[in-house]
Amino acid sequence: MGETVTYEVKNKVAWLTLNRPDQLNAFTETMNKEIIQYLKTAGRDGQVRALVITGAGRAFCAGEDLKSLDENAELGEIIRTRYTPMLLELTKFEKPVIAAVNGASAGAGFSLALACDFRIASEKASFLNAFINIGLVPDTGNIYYLTRLVGNAKALELSILGEKIPAHEAEAIGLVTKVVSHEELETETQAFAERLAQMPTKAIGLIKRLVRKSNDATLEEYLEYEAYAQTIAGRTNDFKEGVRAFLEKRQPEFQGN
Amino acid sequence: MKKLSNQKDYQYIITETSGKIGKIILNRPEVLNALKRPMVTEIVTAMEKFQEDDDVHVIMLAAKGRAFAAGADIKEMMDDDPVYLEKIDQFSWWDRMALIKKPIVAAVQGYAVGGGFELVLSCDIVFAAEGTKFGFPEVNLGVMPGAGGTVKLTKALGPQRALEWLWTGEYFDAETAYVYGLINRVLPEAVLHEETEAFAGKLAQQPQMSLRLIKDTVRKAVDLPVYEAMQYERKNFYLLFATEDQKEGMRAFAEKRKPSFKGR
Repeated sequence: MGETVTYEVKNKVAWLTLNRPDQLNAFTETMNKEIIQYLKTAGRDGQVRALVITGAGRAFCAGEDLKSLDENAELGEIIRTRYTPMLLELTKFEKPVIAAVNGASAGAGFSLALACDFRIASEKASFLNAFINIGLVPDTGNIYYLTRLVGNAKALELSILGEKIPAHEAEAIGLVTKVVSHEELETETQAFAERLAQMPTKAIGLIKRLVRKSNDATLEEYLEYEAYAQTIAGRTNDFKEGVRAFLEKRQPEFQGN
Repeated sequence: MKKLSNQKDYQYIITETSGKIGKIILNRPEVLNALKRPMVTEIVTAMEKFQEDDDVHVIMLAAKGRAFAAGADIKEMMDDDPVYLEKIDQFSWWDRMALIKKPIVAAVQGYAVGGGFELVLSCDIVFAAEGTKFGFPEVNLGVMPGAGGTVKLTKALGPQRALEWLWTGEYFDAETAYVYGLINRVLPEAVLHEETEAFAGKLAQQPQMSLRLIKDTVRKAVDLPVYEAMQYERKNFYLLFATEDQKEGMRAFAEKRKPSFKGR
């Protein structure tokens, strides 16, 4: 349990909840650090096979806490020392990550949701690339992920117009995995995460690496990397179990190793 | 087929042969393989032994633990004075390393910094695990690299990049090292050793004298003017016509069959 987040494991699924509800879960330096800390905890814990990130109260995350921001602060330094390490820790995470977007996600809070592997949104959720509205540019990897999710044109639209995108519109443009009723967000997310937690976790981690690799490698480099990844996957117990189950015509029981 | 050396010979490394590959494994994982002076001596001694061993065609350098080699042993040298350093002449071991004629292939993970990075720059082919950190932090201790790091980095990158890294002492990762041509491949750590060994195994099948004279010429090409280097290359090219492998290689080509090289 952190000062600004809570952390709990339920049936192989770790829940990391941003917990400053009275401030719409806006980021502080402590929160950036605690997110990193719990990402490491969840990464190391062999019992954890999926991670959910959500927000307490009515917002997912409102981005940087502007109230506590020093007017003379050097923003580039804040990015380098607080947000970049958090984002890189998240991209290094080798298990599936789901953002359970329970309400407004704005600014760097939107970026955090974008960097997760899946986004399950409550119908009350909204997405806002708020940076332009205070004269800034999207940060915390925002445009890197956004362009890949919705394409350049839509990414420009969202980033320049700075308009709030409600959950259903977000679903229509491919920004979220699915939209569920607000009351069912937690159970739906837990069920989805448990499904992922039954899957071959190592292979999921390798798929995440391959997707990233495909962004910056030539086809030849990518294909070589693919061979490495398949070598590693081919050595897992889950691969053996998968083949055995297939031949025995039964459901496989993956252990995540 | 593995053959372990007499481990009493070495305190800080393990050597073994696997097929035609002579392996040297840095074995001080508890201190991230910090390069004590006697450890460098052992590495070079092992390389020289493999050099003399006809059954070894390629030398592979690897390291146990989470770092390849994290610098020198600072405690060992902090109270040294220049006269003492001149007398013990520790870096002459690195000169001997530069004289090894067989290919040296390295598998690098974790950290290769300071002396560890100099060791990497002394190898011919380098495979590194993703995220491996390279760098010369010597400046942060009020010194600079002393075993060829400054020189080799400059030769490899040109002065601007080299100065930036040498002056700031900042680390850069394998992906960056790859972009700058300092290393040959970046790969997941889980397959680092076998891929490196597979590459070494492939090299070991190549005609040995060719590999040797190519290395000799490439090393010269780095230092000599183009004209001189080309004269040097020519002599080595002619020299290879004295080998059985040249006869076999060309005959096999003409006869449209696979050559069978003997290494002489």
